[in-house]
Amino acid sequence: MQTNRSSPVIQIENLSFTYDKDLVLENINLSVDEKDFLVIIGPNGGGKSTLIKLILGINTIQKGSITIFNYSSNKSISSIGYVPQNTNVNINFPIKVIEVVMMGHHSHKRSLFGYKKEEITHAMYILKQVGMEEFAHKKIGLLSGGQRQRVMIARALCSNPKILLLDEPTSSIDADGQKQIYELLKELHKKVTIIVISHDLSVVLEYATKVAHINKKLSFHDLGSMQKELNIKGTHICEVELLQMLGKCKC
Amino acid sequence: MLDALSYEFIQNALIAGILVSFIAGIIGSLIVANRIVFLAGGIAHAAYGGIGIAIFTGIPIFLGTSLFAIVAALFMAIVTIKQRERVDIFVGLIWAVGMAIGIILIDLTPGYNVDLMSYLFGSILAVSRDDLYYMGGLFVVVLFAVTFWYRSILAVSYDSEYASLSGINVKFFYTLILILSALTVVIAIKVVGLILVIALLTIPIYIAQNLSSSLYSMMIIAGFIASFFTTVGLWLSYSFDLTSGASIILVSAFSLMLFMIFSKNR
Repeated sequence: MQTNRSSPVIQIENLSFTYDKDLVLENINLSVDEKDFLVIIGPNGGGKSTLIKLILGINTIQKGSITIFNYSSNKSISSIGYVPQNTNVNINFPIKVIEVVMMGHHSHKRSLFGYKKEEITHAMYILKQVGMEEFAHKKIGLLSGGQRQRVMIARALCSNPKILLLDEPTSSIDADGQKQIYELLKELHKKVTIIVISHDLSVVLEYATKVAHINKKLSFHDLGSMQKELNIKGTHICEVELLQMLGKCKC
Repeated sequence: MLDALSYEFIQNALIAGILVSFIAGIIGSLIVANRIVFLAGGIAHAAYGGIGIAIFTGIPIFLGTSLFAIVAALFMAIVTIKQRERVDIFVGLIWAVGMAIGIILIDLTPGYNVDLMSYLFGSILAVSRDDLYYMGGLFVVVLFAVTFWYRSILAVSYDSEYASLSGINVKFFYTLILILSALTVVIAIKVVGLILVIALLTIPIYIAQNLSSSLYSMMIIAGFIASFFTTVGLWLSYSFDLTSGASIILVSAFSLMLFMIFSKNR
């Protein structure tokens, strides 16, 4: 792991997690720096989602530590914007796009009934960032998968997080939509640190600065140097080649 | 029909039907949004145990049933929060056990032979003034709770995992929704029967869901639709001497069918 100029935004040390006596994560060490675009890959059941849940404080840490902006993980949730994996939940629910976005406002700032004017203005501003402002008053169920994913990203951005954490953001979206989502993330990356869980290596590689592979244990790759070496930037490579490459890499 | 309105029992029936309809519109929207229709059905049937306890011990029926239903709702809340994937087993359990307790206790009550049918399909024409006060009280409580906590309830109902991450006490609101459902079910049992309450909590909601773009408009629209069904059902039941609860259900089901055909062709 490289030495950093500034202190890392997320620092994970010696993290292990067992679920029903099965070791899911073993001695994970990872540091995420400001303005990283980290992609976490790995097989199903390899522990990706568990790691995310530990970072978010949904699961409690059993062994090791996670520090986010120098606080232990469960105290700094508002500095992380989270986009969950399944955005197809409750599709028939009668709710407007802007109401979903405003759920991202942190709870103690919420007014009880109705929405404050500045909340609405802020939500509209965020929707504009993800290119969805004209859909603000549409019912969420009427949007396409890609559009709905943008709304979920807007909801995550609502609390002005410094880190954006996305779990399989393109798993239920067609190829065009996927490309658009990653272009949006690239744009957002100018301002926030981005962590994406994905299994689709080829798309992700174009945008990532770092890749971590998790299958119980974690191996880490800094793509910056590797891309220069292999001159692969922007080209599509198949996953087998990539996995071989990552396997050989000693970084 | 109009001269019927001069009878007090008809007036009470109409007021009760409309009050229950609006409560069912609000609570039913929450039940459908949270996907706990089956769970609410379980509580409705379990509440019959409360009727048995009330008759056996001689305490007021509303009180006994409400307390029993709240206990059932709390039990289900704990089970759901702890083991979400096993919920249906426990719903089946409270459903059957609650009814069994009710029937045995009524068997054991000397000299009292209660008609099970009147609890299954209700006895809307026997609504007393006190019943109306109780229902009015519940309406105010439901309205207050939903207005006061609207955004939290909305967040929990739409996406409980995210709600919990953004600092909302999901367990509290989930339990609150279950308790309000239990209380709604109890008044509806006395008035329209526990079979009808499940119909009232689902059919108008389904139609309203397709007509609204926000939770609160769904609650209001569902309330109006349910009131319409109840009023038409009552009128049919009065005119043709039919069981009121069953008439209301069939009016609802027929309207739902029309709605589905109509909205498909649109």
